[in-house]
Amino acid sequence: MPQITRSPTNYDVCIIGSGAAGGTSAKVLAEGGLSVAMLEAGPPVDPARDFKEHVWPYQLPHRGAGVGGRATVDFSEFLAPNGSWEIAGEPYISAPGTRFHWFRSRIVGGRTNHWGRIALRLAPVDFRARSNDGMGDDWPISYGDLAPFYDKVESYIGVFGTAENIPSAPDGIFLPPPKPRCTETIVKKACDRLQIPCIPARLAILTRAHNGRPGCHYCGQCGRGCISAANFSSSQVTIPAAQKTGRFTLITNAMAREIVLGEDGKARAVSYIDKATRTEKKLYAKSVVLAASACESARLLLNSKSASFPDGLANSSGVVGRYLTDSVGSAGGGFFPQLMKMPPHNHDGVGGMHLYIPWWKYARKNDFPRGYHIELSGGRQMPGIGEFADICEEYEGYGAGLKQRCRELYGTFIGFSGRGEMIPNEKTYCEIDPTVMDEWGIPVLRFHFQWGESEIKMARDMQQTFRDIVEAGGGTYYARTMPEGTNPYGIEDGGMIIHELGTARMGVSPKTSALNPYCQAHDVKNLFVTDGAAFVSNPDKNPTLTIMALAWRASEYLLDEARKGNL
Amino acid sequence: MIPAVSRREVLKSLAIGSAATSILRVIPAEAARHARQMIAAEKSASKSYAPKFFSVHQYKTLQALCQSIIPADKDAGGAIEAGAPEFIDLLTSENPEYQLILGGGLVWLDSTCSDRYAKVYLECAPEQQTEILDKIAYRRNAVTDGALGQGVEFFSFLRNITADGFFTSEIGIKYLGYIGSTFLHEFPGCPAVAET
Repeated sequence: MPQITRSPTNYDVCIIGSGAAGGTSAKVLAEGGLSVAMLEAGPPVDPARDFKEHVWPYQLPHRGAGVGGRATVDFSEFLAPNGSWEIAGEPYISAPGTRFHWFRSRIVGGRTNHWGRIALRLAPVDFRARSNDGMGDDWPISYGDLAPFYDKVESYIGVFGTAENIPSAPDGIFLPPPKPRCTETIVKKACDRLQIPCIPARLAILTRAHNGRPGCHYCGQCGRGCISAANFSSSQVTIPAAQKTGRFTLITNAMAREIVLGEDGKARAVSYIDKATRTEKKLYAKSVVLAASACESARLLLNSKSASFPDGLANSSGVVGRYLTDSVGSAGGGFFPQLMKMPPHNHDGVGGMHLYIPWWKYARKNDFPRGYHIELSGGRQMPGIGEFADICEEYEGYGAGLKQRCRELYGTFIGFSGRGEMIPNEKTYCEIDPTVMDEWGIPVLRFHFQWGESEIKMARDMQQTFRDIVEAGGGTYYARTMPEGTNPYGIEDGGMIIHELGTARMGVSPKTSALNPYCQAHDVKNLFVTDGAAFVSNPDKNPTLTIMALAWRASEYLLDEARKGNL
Repeated sequence: MIPAVSRREVLKSLAIGSAATSILRVIPAEAARHARQMIAAEKSASKSYAPKFFSVHQYKTLQALCQSIIPADKDAGGAIEAGAPEFIDLLTSENPEYQLILGGGLVWLDSTCSDRYAKVYLECAPEQQTEILDKIAYRRNAVTDGALGQGVEFFSFLRNITADGFFTSEIGIKYLGYIGSTFLHEFPGCPAVAET
């Protein structure tokens, strides 16, 4: 049997997870004077060694396709490391008849190394949606409560954008946006015709030097990780800030398995598996901040069973694992003949869209609740695996004609991706699988996932809007979506948009929520959950900026409570 | 852009590259490119590529098919110059599904040619090769002649992966006119040209 080793140090705080939430918590808590230890399940990251920025496909033997073409299913070989739908030795289960895909990133910085950098604020109405339409629940906090923390996060990490005064998309503190690409100029003109707003995107990418980090050099490769840290990742921004205090200890390859409760009913330690030695260790701390990602945090709580919490720690309400949501996603593309006339030119820009379409039908009666926004892609990007598959399928044949056709059509497609709000439902949740464990001996999650009728109707509306915009722009719409079948109107499987949220939601009542409005467990006052688990709803805003604002707010509250001796 | 340097020097600069600051970071990327080009040049100079998955005969057939799918023309080399067959062989050696469709497809092609022309594909006359490719290059032909179904699927798969191999190569990317992966102070936006 492996020995259980007791760590002699008692830290002020143990943070589990090093992504958007963990990094923000570490910065605020360490700068606030506390001693902080962080457990990360993966290895350290060295951007200069691990990121594939400025590598060409032909410099890799697999050209970006990955071993055996695997990366054609799993994003790209170029993606910042260790993000995957499947991790060897760490399975998860989709319950029979349902499909859920869980994207995890085991490395310092987690998914912030490769994320889309889309940094959108929730709108005031998003916090009180139930009051408006009777579905889901209101948040226990308002936009006004969170706005100062959005300000702090944006000022610190740097987000570009423009003030637009659109009620569904509140303005923030913005750096100047980059100029639109050709593709986006065409979409904007089409949207103008249709009276749909198409505005500069809001991305956590620096368009000029900011807080000691250089401005973007416009290679369009943010998803590979940015060696110069011109975009935001917690591994390069918030964690180094915590390290600078001298009060921060990072423990990598440490897979948390349980939060250990003391006799006083407070979290006392975190038990984790040291992956290198496959032995269990304990890290003692006066407070615990869970920031492992919504589902991983729920898993840890559910696996932390004790006499006082037989259904999992901080779960007297029974809501942990419930209210799971992902964004509604559906996509399509258009061919625009006018792009065939464009001479070769640099289309890279930042690693993401320069313009986007915020939710615009908020004052209308729609046949689905809530809203969605539209993200744009396409154009003369660096050629990659699969780039010409559609053209090959359509034109068939072979020879010089096919080769020339590919060149003529290169860069003439524009992609549209809808991202909309899912209402939590009773059939969608995660729980501990009764029999399966991972290679660290930790019971794994079993997912149940089902879209509701309103999400399908929203996907249908997305498809119609994409078509309208493409046709208004003089293009031809292509979508491989069917009204029926496993993915009606192209709605993606649950988890595919990687916006899983809500599995330990906050609320005023300990009977219906796991956390209070400061992300503090109702049941265990020195336990906080600062990641996406705390969300009450999943509005059409990519969640990272809100995760960071909530984590910042919760961490300031934690500091304050620690000073007062309340924890 | 990089003056002639020895492979040893390049590899040395790759090894120290991780300590570089902002502007110096260009150098490891350029150096890496240079090193890989030299390795590739050495490889093609030796002309003795040993296929990882395919038999020598199958690999020759694969090369011929790749070059038919994307031939060299006045603007650029073709799939062979782009290294597509090596790329396909590497992926196939790692993936049992690819082994079935490509390995099986090459046998199917030779068997079908033997039935029709009494010769394997490579030994067929150019007109015969064109005739069979014209049949399996279009899905509609499998509708009228069910015996072509497997061949059409094989060719469709091979066409996609050949395009991948060609358009991710240095000559393929240049052929497309992709301009980027550079260091700019400012993104210039869309160049002004006549637009509908």
